[in-house]
Amino acid sequence: MGETATAAATRTLDVARIRAEFPALHQESHGKPLVYLDNAATTQKPRRVIDAVTRFYERDCANVHRGVHQLSQRATIAYESARTTVKRHLGAADSREIVFTRGTTEAINLVASSFVRPRLAPGDEILITGMEHHSNIVPWQLLCEATGAVLKIVPITDAGEIELERFAELLSERTRMVGVVHVSNALGTVNPVREMVEIAHDRGVPVLVDGAQAVPHGRVDVGELDCDFYVFSGHKTYGPTGIGALYGKREHLLGMVPWQGGGDMILSVTWEKTRYAEPPHRFEAGTPNIAGAIGLAAALDYLDGLGPEAVAAHEAALLEAATEAVLSVPGVRLIGAARHRAGALSFVMDGIHPHDIGTILDTEGVAIRAGHHCAQPVMQRFGVSATVRASFAVYNTHEEIGRLVEGLYAVKEVFG
Amino acid sequence: MKELYQEIILDHNRRPRNCYVMDCANRSADGHNPLCGDTVRVYLRIEGGRIEEISFQGSGCAICTASTSLMTESVKGKTVDQAKHLFDGFHHMLTGLAEEQGVPLGKLQVFEGVREYPVRVKCATLAWHTLNAAMKGEDAPATTE
Repeated sequence: MGETATAAATRTLDVARIRAEFPALHQESHGKPLVYLDNAATTQKPRRVIDAVTRFYERDCANVHRGVHQLSQRATIAYESARTTVKRHLGAADSREIVFTRGTTEAINLVASSFVRPRLAPGDEILITGMEHHSNIVPWQLLCEATGAVLKIVPITDAGEIELERFAELLSERTRMVGVVHVSNALGTVNPVREMVEIAHDRGVPVLVDGAQAVPHGRVDVGELDCDFYVFSGHKTYGPTGIGALYGKREHLLGMVPWQGGGDMILSVTWEKTRYAEPPHRFEAGTPNIAGAIGLAAALDYLDGLGPEAVAAHEAALLEAATEAVLSVPGVRLIGAARHRAGALSFVMDGIHPHDIGTILDTEGVAIRAGHHCAQPVMQRFGVSATVRASFAVYNTHEEIGRLVEGLYAVKEVFG
Repeated sequence: MKELYQEIILDHNRRPRNCYVMDCANRSADGHNPLCGDTVRVYLRIEGGRIEEISFQGSGCAICTASTSLMTESVKGKTVDQAKHLFDGFHHMLTGLAEEQGVPLGKLQVFEGVREYPVRVKCATLAWHTLNAAMKGEDAPATTE
């Protein structure tokens, strides 16, 4: 992430060639070439991902784990190979530590239900940070409501960094779980998750890391992080929507109760006793998103081919240039100025609401996100109702940052 | 862009009219757009079925702020029924959904351009939904329904 990005810029990327791989980038929006800077919401998809999904439906479409026929075998092999790809990409030790989910949100809900809930007594605590996306807040709130556990929040500084000392203080004897975002979707802050995992483990507390905004922007190694759970979404990392994955340490997954019941998650079903399948299939009830998993594997292979370090270096350069360029526009103020940032830049303009900025930028062909970014507590922390967020992907260019800045001047022109 | 952000809209955004907390209000309601976080509170003093005084407080985009400001000017002194009629006309102009048509909207006509920006329609209508909720308050005259 932030640290490795600059250190490991081993080679430069051919961005023009990369852009040629993404069909959606080559269109006009309001009569101007599209500048897509809403990558933290979802990234565009390279041709090879689209082709992998199409190929599955055109050639290998069958259900998995249940057919003796050739198509089903091909589908099963492709689906399980996708699991191996995710395992390799995340640096996990064993494919059986990878559970396919609909995305980050579902993965967190799965951990909340199957891992944390059975361990909770009233008065126990779950510790998250003030920087979380709603997906790493609401599942824990639901769990606390249902069990009488208490949700504790680690505060963040004015710069948009986690207060590490407070984190250590808030870890109590009652803490049963820590949830932390690896890279903030609203501020771009890269959190010291390795250090936080170590602190939590010293107290015997397991940690879930929300990697939705980290996986697209650099190398993630769950072995090195030593986190207990790591979750991410495919669609934010050049893959299809509706697919994501949960990494969970094997010893945890083995001890977890099922999350949903249905087909494909059982060994045998009788009226007297149903026996559940081993992980990961225990947590994949029903026909999975086979095409999605295959598309996700194609996306991760693509990212690996480019080199996560090279991607991180390219994006770090973009982020640095964009920060400087945007701040050169009078009246612009950054929200979040963490030392380590990746992927996204959040800002406001004096006297002009982010939604108005979003609409005017859109007519200039520049797609950004204006709003609370599903992180309302972060907005409250900084005393704003919304921000403008420009977020970057491997295919973005320095010229596009120029277009963003021109767009901001167009905004100023309208609002005088 | 000029169709959306007309001068009168920009002016009401810069200097919103009737923007204060009303101490003598006998109705009020909160409006919130959960998608974008815009909030508005509308205060009313209704006497004998007529809106004698109206004010608001809130935070929102230019469309939302200007729409609220212009709404307060348009409905001040009107009866609750007349205000409701204006809302229907306004809603129809923006969405084509309300039954009411051909309502003379006066200055409110400046929001016609919002129709071309479907994601912004709610910015313009939040104030009116909030006014409606305030008028429907417990003490509201039965004529509002």
